[in-house]
Amino acid sequence: MKALVAVKRVPDGNAPLRLKMDCSGVDLAGMPMRINPFDEAALEWAVQRKEAGTISEIVAVSIGGNACQETLRHALAMGADRAFLIAAEHAPEPLAVAKLLRALAEREQPDLIVLGKQASDDDNAQTAPMLAALLGWPQGVFASNVALENNTLQVTREIEGGQEVLALPLPAVISADLRLANPRYLKLPQLLQAKKKTIETLNPSELGVAPAPRLELLGVAPPPARKPAVKVADARELVALLRQEGLP
Amino acid sequence: MKHALILVEHDGVNPHSALRRIVSAARLLADRLTLLVAGSQAQAVAEQAACIAGVSEVWLFDAPHLSQPLAEDLSPLLAHAVRERQASALLAAASPFGKATLPRAAALLDCAMLSDVVEIQAPDVFVRPVHAGAALATLRNPEPVKILSARAAAFPPAADQPAAPINIQPAPPAANRSAWVSTTHPDSARPALAEAKVVVAGGQGLGSAEQFHALLDPLADRLNAAIGATRAAVDAGFIGNDHQIGQTGAIVAPEFYFAIGLSGAAQHLAGMRDARVVVTINKDAEAPICRQADYVLEGDLFEIVPALLRALE
Repeated sequence: MKALVAVKRVPDGNAPLRLKMDCSGVDLAGMPMRINPFDEAALEWAVQRKEAGTISEIVAVSIGGNACQETLRHALAMGADRAFLIAAEHAPEPLAVAKLLRALAEREQPDLIVLGKQASDDDNAQTAPMLAALLGWPQGVFASNVALENNTLQVTREIEGGQEVLALPLPAVISADLRLANPRYLKLPQLLQAKKKTIETLNPSELGVAPAPRLELLGVAPPPARKPAVKVADARELVALLRQEGLP
Repeated sequence: MKHALILVEHDGVNPHSALRRIVSAARLLADRLTLLVAGSQAQAVAEQAACIAGVSEVWLFDAPHLSQPLAEDLSPLLAHAVRERQASALLAAASPFGKATLPRAAALLDCAMLSDVVEIQAPDVFVRPVHAGAALATLRNPEPVKILSARAAAFPPAADQPAAPINIQPAPPAANRSAWVSTTHPDSARPALAEAKVVVAGGQGLGSAEQFHALLDPLADRLNAAIGATRAAVDAGFIGNDHQIGQTGAIVAPEFYFAIGLSGAAQHLAGMRDARVVVTINKDAEAPICRQADYVLEGDLFEIVPALLRALE
């Protein structure tokens, strides 16, 4: 069984976010970058299935500038067999990403496409359902557990206040919650080995997709700040203050 | 005349409480509003939805295969309804249900969409959080159909009205792409996390599952609160996944949020930033949660939480 896993390069969510002075966007200069944690969980799950013998090949793909090579090297070191970089000046919108991934899926014919449930920068959570729609495949999104039996996926999904289990015939698209798998730490031999694996670069035009943006970003602002917190001496004082705020 | 459609989330009996707020959001985009209810024997849902102020009409798609509506079945239904009504907007709550379904419909319509909208500034200008809520992006959406999942807490609930007409629609045949197996909703005795007015949330500082429950359960009972947890607390086995709050997990905006023994990782703050009053009980007054809090009680939570419970009596 062949799996296609998409990985996005995103700013490290643990580093403080800086906005451009003119509020036109996020200032990425000097920002530490990493593989999207949700994609990393998706890939880790696929690598574990490969180690267990249920997946035979993992193809990784990233969309963006040359720096995404680094993200793909990370994916190859984790256990992907080969990789594609789809060249794009900026990270395309989810619908364009879904169209690019559909085109790649038509070439590569995977049995399974695994994505993160969302990218930790844009927080859209759109690509997986969009891709499933374009391919006409079943979807299992926000998956916290996926079992594979007789060409059927048992997908446990995180829903409001509980969990839902779906059965999906292959081929299918799944999107990973962080809980799907705990990513491994990479060691030097794996990183060195990854350098020998191939990354093939594709242009969107070769895939027949024009990833022009449909939406226009007008500005980015910090969220409204809370007033500085009141330091409270003890529980009694806290309850008195909360009663004034309307605590029942 | 602009026409908006809303996908109604429901449990087979009642519409989700978020619906009234999504109706308010839709009213900013259109003067005519059709609610789409898909289910099996979901007449009661349609009847309640019809009585929300501003609703022009309810379309009821009733079929046995819609008893557990799946994105594969709902998305062609939504795309068809948008085309048939020449709708200019399609909305749903930014819940796991809405977020699994709307993008699938958007792709069928070849239409870009916006997730987690918290403000509608103009019929084509929307605000949504990015980077786990660390920034708010304002976007212009020039698409002919504005498709958006909206954060319910950001919009006021619509009032009541005399019932609007309910029209029974032919349900499309089953897509048969995936099959529902089971749904589990543990802990249904407490208020649902997404709807609770008070949330009591604990982190790793609680130390163990026993201590987590020994301290937080009585407090939650006293406050009629839902119990939340950080990812670290869930991973440590203190409580189940369905209690997790954050970028992974539920996004809540209660009236009162008690953050107990948690530091406030960016991931967690993404899920609770919009709470009205935030209280933290923490031994570290420099923890990031203190910058998101209105009231900070610094000290040993194992002494403070029982004292808080006594002070509430």
